This record gives sequence, structure tokens and C-alpha cells, in this order.
Amino acid sequence: MHDSSAVATHGLRHHFADMEQQRASATLGMWVFLVTEIMFFGGLFAAYLVYRTAHYDAWVIGSEHMNFWLGTINTVILLCSSLLVALAVHAVQVGQNRMCAIYLWIASAMGVAFLALKGIEYHAHFVEGAVPGALWKLAVPDPRAVQMFFYIYFVMTGLHALHVTIGVALLAVIGWHAARGRYSPVYYSPVHVSGLYWHFVDVVWIFLYPLLYLIAHKKA
Amino acid sequence: MATIAAPAVERENYLNTDFRVRSWLLTTDHKRIGILYLLSITAMFFVGGFAATMIRLELLTPAGDLMSSDTYNKMFTIHGIVMVFFFLIPSIPATLGNFLVPMMIGARDLAFPKINLASWYMYITGAGLMMYVVLTGGVDTGWTFYVPFSSTYSNTHVIAAVVAIFIAGFSSIFTGFNFIVTIHRMRAPGMTWSRLPLFIWSHYATSVIMVLGTPVVAIALTLVALERAFHMGIFDPRLGGDPLLFQHLFWFYSHPAVYIMILPSMAVVSEVVSTFSRKRVFGYAAVALASIAIAVLGFLVWAHHMFVAGISAYAALVFSLLSYFVAVPSAIKVFNWMATMYKGSVSLATPMLYAMGFIGLFTMGGMTGLYLAALGIDVHVHDTYFVIAHFHYIMVGGAVMGYLAGIHFWWPKISGRMYPEAWGKIAAATIFIGFNLTFFPQFVLGYLGMPRRYHAYPPEFQVLNVMSTAGASILAVGYVLPLIYLLWSLRYGEVAPDNPWAATGLEWRTPSPPPTENFPETPVVTWEAYDYSSVAEVPVAR
Repeated sequence: MHDSSAVATHGLRHHFADMEQQRASATLGMWVFLVTEIMFFGGLFAAYLVYRTAHYDAWVIGSEHMNFWLGTINTVILLCSSLLVALAVHAVQVGQNRMCAIYLWIASAMGVAFLALKGIEYHAHFVEGAVPGALWKLAVPDPRAVQMFFYIYFVMTGLHALHVTIGVALLAVIGWHAARGRYSPVYYSPVHVSGLYWHFVDVVWIFLYPLLYLIAHKKA
Repeated sequence: MATIAAPAVERENYLNTDFRVRSWLLTTDHKRIGILYLLSITAMFFVGGFAATMIRLELLTPAGDLMSSDTYNKMFTIHGIVMVFFFLIPSIPATLGNFLVPMMIGARDLAFPKINLASWYMYITGAGLMMYVVLTGGVDTGWTFYVPFSSTYSNTHVIAAVVAIFIAGFSSIFTGFNFIVTIHRMRAPGMTWSRLPLFIWSHYATSVIMVLGTPVVAIALTLVALERAFHMGIFDPRLGGDPLLFQHLFWFYSHPAVYIMILPSMAVVSEVVSTFSRKRVFGYAAVALASIAIAVLGFLVWAHHMFVAGISAYAALVFSLLSYFVAVPSAIKVFNWMATMYKGSVSLATPMLYAMGFIGLFTMGGMTGLYLAALGIDVHVHDTYFVIAHFHYIMVGGAVMGYLAGIHFWWPKISGRMYPEAWGKIAAATIFIGFNLTFFPQFVLGYLGMPRRYHAYPPEFQVLNVMSTAGASILAVGYVLPLIYLLWSLRYGEVAPDNPWAATGLEWRTPSPPPTENFPETPVVTWEAYDYSSVAEVPVAR
């Protein structure tokens, strides 16, 4: 309201008093949204916890059928992409729209790489018959409980992959806007909140990775 | 009554800026979205009401003669799903909340107007899908979708119904999320937390529950749908799953959902009681914090729905105790409303009649809730009409009375017209009498052992059931009356002044109906909440 220059109010929506209020609202909005996401995944983590406690041995067997290296590489990929997103936010804050776009696009491409590796893993599970239901072929003790592990595995990683897919598209689009110079050191909320979302997707994976891939290793 | 002509030069307001359909369907004005919600939930209310009518007609006689037991199952399921997810949960927040939250805090709109519009479209999509389910054969699991019946054995449209609720759930998340950010970030200068109307505090608490609870029921219902679609049993005991896990996840949302319904009604009652007693709400801080306490405690009591489902005795003990705790903030509110009225200058306008009805009926619903929280009594009356009567005292006697109080109270602001006061009082009395006649006999029926969800019953229960059905028909008349006279008032009602009740909220310090931008200029708040010396005394319409 008090900013008279056009630059300072570029991107200001009519119902906000000033840029600061708009930025604070966008940031808080994304945090509240992430809280709902935590509760959304939380239901699945609760199911995981209940059945892991009930069928621990089956969980170890299921975990042995995970591809440890693909999972580890994917973890590294997501962590590095998060670093790039953090760099992108810094770049836009100092007015480097071009660098911001490049960082975001690389991060987005890394998301694609993550999904590709995840697809390879899923394919391997199908070939191996580690799919609960009619396609189940694994000869393991207590197959019902191991199927339960794979069911939860597919639902959790599937839901996570859906979030990664949304994130890949989001980062690509925000990168495109950055490349066209839409953001400035005063107006960069879309980059910031998309970054928060991407970090969230990353953090979910940081929980999924040990819970699904590393149980067998803990035993060894 | 003579019709009073509209002023010669009508002020521009949010209703008359643009009359095209497009301007409504693409609006981002929180007031117009509130109206869209008002129309949609009213339609859904009558769908759910139709199912209730069928239920009461069937129960008029002991034999199951009006419909088959399968049809009856579908009727109570439709009644439950439609009333809970498509009427009660969005009722006050999405209509009055949408309209009033920005106005009460002196903002121009909610923080995310497009998301607000998206929330209405999601609601409509969910409601449309639900109507598809209703028209193509219904669903018979009960609104609770208990597994394994819902996931394995039911032959009805479970997946479509679950998807409908999932979508409607996200519309409610969007609303809650918008309110939280708006209340934190968009308050006008001088509108500190301690000056917020209690309506806002209650809506804040409601929003917290919406945001934290809804995703959990969304994932639980998603798992039911996946289990049903792919025959992979996460809740199926034959496959090592645990049906109790579903109940835990379901009630983790669906118990707090009761507070999503009741807190906004409490919000309305606080405003109405204060305005029509011309006194500041007694114990403002206690009432405000009681809302937050209800939201927090509400998340810790869900397993009291499962006392006979096979949870451990120790868990049952803890959940029983925690359920008693919820009575404390609820009682704080009731006592403080009474203290507000005490020695106040009470005027019995229609909204006040509804609010007083709320206080009495909510107290009865709450007290019988304590019976149900007691482990021994719960075993006796579990799944009987005692439970039905208890939660209808909360949801209909509480939430719906509060909703009607609010609709009447803010009708002059929303429509720019006064409702006919005499008809308002007649409808309020009709609803109060009809409600008690419908549901009080159900306490007795339940205590005598009549189970819920059966379409036939032993002949000795008939007298009480006939009383209940008779009450329901009175109640139906009571609900149709406001529909008629409120629509009538849009054209023939007296033109409303800006502040017909001499109330203190910011929404009354701007024209009726408000302009699109709410306030000609951003208000600066220099008075405490409910400071009646800050408004000019005008005669209260009675």
C-alpha cells in the first residue's frame, strides 16, 4: 500500500496490503499445506508401524528383496536436488533469474531420474513376482505377511512417486517463469513455496528409505 | 406488512456488481463463494432429509413393510454420508465462515481466493459423484465404512462413495487452510488476537481440526478403495491385516469431525448471545481458549467409539478418561454464555431463540455423551438408539440450531433484507418442539435396548417410534418454513440497515450488503471485542 514504485508492487494481489503480507501468507500457506501432507502420509506410517510390529520377520524378508543400491542412489539424487532447489531460492533472492531457472530445471530432471530408477525397481518387483495379490510368486515363509509388506511398500512409494511427479512438473514450470524473468528479489514466493514442497517430498523419502530398505541391514 | 421499496439509488454491493452467471461461477469473492456454498449445502440438506424421512416412515410400524432391509440400509447410509460430509461439515464454515471471517478481521478477502473457489468446485464434484451413487443404487455400508464389509462383502458403490468423500474432504481442507492463513496474516491494524471476535477463535480451532484430521480419513478411505479394487488386504484379517486399524484411522478424523460441526455453532452462539444480551461475553479468554482446548482434546478421544470393538482394557480406560476431559471446555462455554445473559439486557429475537435452544440441547447432548464415555454404560447402550439420540442432540440440536441462528443473525448483512421476525420465531419454536419430540423418545428406546440400523423392531417399541416419527414431521415443517420466508424476504423483506442488531463486529460497520471490497477503506480497530460503547445505540429489531 505504501510502496509507490511499480517494481515494488509487481505481482501484488489486490487483496493484500503489501508484498510482505503476501509473502508471509504464501509461506504460511505452504507450511499448513505440508502439515496436511504429513497427516496424509502419517496414516500410512501408522499402518506401517502396526504391521511391522506384528510381523517383524516378514518385514526383514521383504526388505531383503529391495534393491539396496538403487534405493541409495535415489536417496542421493533427491538430497542433491534439494540442495539445487535451495540454491535456486538463493539465486532468485539476489536477482539471478537465469541461474534460478537452471537450478530448478536440473532439480526437476533429477526428479525424473528418481522416477526412472523407481520404475526400474517396480519392474524388477513385477518380474520377481513380489507383487501382492494374483501376481505373487515369491516363495518365502509367511507369504501373507510379506505380501502385506509389499502392499504397504507399493502404496507408500507410489504415493511418494505421485508427489515427486507433481514436484517435477512444478519445478519445471516455476523454472520457466524464472527464465522469463517473472520473479524479483521482492517477489519470489512461488520459487520459495515450491522449494518448500520439494524439500518435503525429499524428507518423506528420507523416512521411507531406512524404513523400507535398511531393515535387513540392521539385522545383519 | 407493506413492502418497503428499495432506496432509489442502490449502493453498489457484492450482489449487484454483476448479474451474469459467469460472474458467479468464476467469482473469487469470498462472499459470493459463501452464497454458492449456501445454495449447494441447502440442496444436500434436503437430500439427506429425504433419506431421514424414509427412515422415520419405515419405523412408524414394527414390521419392515415400507422398504426391504437392503433399501433401508442404503437409506441410513445416504442420510449419514450426505448429512455429515456434505451438510454439517461445510455448513457454517463454508457459508457463514467464508462470508464473515475476512469481514470480521477487516480483510478484503481470504488469503487464497482462487483456492477458495477451487474448494467449492471440489465440493460440487464430490456432491455430484455422491448423487450419482445415490441415483444408481446407493451404498449400504453405513457412513462409517467399516471393514471388512465395505472392502469385501458389500455389493454397492463403495468405491465411488469413498472417492466422493475424499474429494469433499479436500474441499474442507482448502477451507480450513485458507482460514488459518487468513486469521494469522490478514488481520486489520489494531485487530490483535485478544480483540478477535469469538467467532474467529472457534473457526480457527475448527480449521486446525480440518487440516489435521481430514487427510487421515482420506488415506484410510483410500486404502479401503484400494483393498476393494485390487483385493489386497491391508485391513483384511485373512491376509494378516487388522480391521481395528481402519476403525482407529477412521475415528481419528471422524471423532474430531464432530467438533468441526459443533465449534462453528459455538462460534455463532457466542456472537448472538453477546449481541442480544448487550454484554461482553463473560470470560472472553476462557471461551476463546476453550475452543482451542476442544480442538486439541478432540484428537485424543477417538477410541471411545471402539470400546466394544476389542481394544485393550487399559486403552479403553485412558480413552474414557480423556473423553470426560472434553466436557470441561464445553462446560466452560455453556456456563460463560449463561453468565453473559445473567443481568444482561436480553431480547428474544429469532437468532437468540435458536442460540438458547442450542445451549439447552447441546447441554443434553453433551451430558449423555458423558454416559457414553463411561465404559460400563457404553457396553449396555452401544449401537442403540441412545447413541443415535445423543449425537443428534449434538449435531441437530447443536450444530443445526447454531447454523440457523447464524443464518438469521447475518441474513440482513448477507441479503440486505430483514427476515420476517414473527415467522422466524414460529419456525424456531416449531423446530425446538419437533426436535425434542423426535429425539427424546430415542433416548428411552435405546436405553430399553432398541438397536440402531434395523428396519424392523419388536411391537413394544412402537409407541415411542410413533412419537419420534410425529416429531420428525413437525421438524420437517420447521425446516421448510425458513426456506420459504427467507426466499420471500429477498424480494419483500424490509430493507436492512447496516447494523440492525447494534452489534459490535466489524462486519456490521460496513454497508448491508457489503461492497465487493468489504470496507471502503481498511478499518483500524481501537476497541476491544464486544465493546458495546463503541457502537451507537440503535433500537434492536424485535
